[in-house]
Amino acid sequence: MSNEQNVRFRSKLGVVKGLGSAKSGVCHWWAQRVTAVAMIPLSLWFLSAVLTVFISPDVILVAKWLSSPVNALLLVLLLASAFYHAKLGLQVVIEDYVKYPYAKYSLLLANVFFCFACASLSIIAVLKLHFLDIAASAV
Amino acid sequence: MSSIIRPISPHIGIYRKQITSVLSILHRLTGIALYAGTLLLVIFLAVVAYMPTDYEMLHDLIVSAAGRTLLFGWTFSFFFHLLNGIRHLFWDMGKGFTISAVNKTGWLVVVLSLLFTLASWVIAYHNTGVWLYE
Repeated sequence: MSNEQNVRFRSKLGVVKGLGSAKSGVCHWWAQRVTAVAMIPLSLWFLSAVLTVFISPDVILVAKWLSSPVNALLLVLLLASAFYHAKLGLQVVIEDYVKYPYAKYSLLLANVFFCFACASLSIIAVLKLHFLDIAASAV
Repeated sequence: MSSIIRPISPHIGIYRKQITSVLSILHRLTGIALYAGTLLLVIFLAVVAYMPTDYEMLHDLIVSAAGRTLLFGWTFSFFFHLLNGIRHLFWDMGKGFTISAVNKTGWLVVVLSLLFTLASWVIAYHNTGVWLYE
């Protein structure tokens, strides 16, 4: 696009400030799509795990299943994608519906803290089961 | 400026319900439901890793009538948000924007979500011998 055209579409204030797009405007949108695409196969795999393993009353069976390298890897990938996706999604809901600044920014903060805390806790739990199993089998 | 009370659009209070708008709202609601549901997954993984002796109690709670009702809701939310999300991804590619396509894919998402939800519970019954309600 030529510079004249650029100027024509901009507000006078925009022209004076000379700041264009910071090239990160689609970051939120794109990250939501990337995590969505990743979760199409991951979530179906997860559902099959719920229906066959997590449904079991036997904790040893569940722990053994979680400690396998492939299962641990896929579950960590799912947890990371899911909590990133959840953070992005709820952020928009809060921005859309919560009007009052104090409530809005408190909820936006709470959203980030919740997602990071849950992601960390659940991933560490999976890694614990995985590495504990390696340590046990090495003995 | 901001003190002037301007007329605002009547918005959803007066708007006729359509498959497009209802599914758009449902996409948000199921997203929020799944957000809340992640808490159960976190608790589940934490119990298996750190409190295995309490697993039996958690399992009983999950398979209780209240637990199964929540799980049924989450199963539907899961499939609806997944399938409608795929619909969104097609829109992002510029496909399926005609009114007839939007209506058709909307109903397809609803029907498939219900079907897959029921299928999952049939599989769950096959694996555990327990229906949604005993």
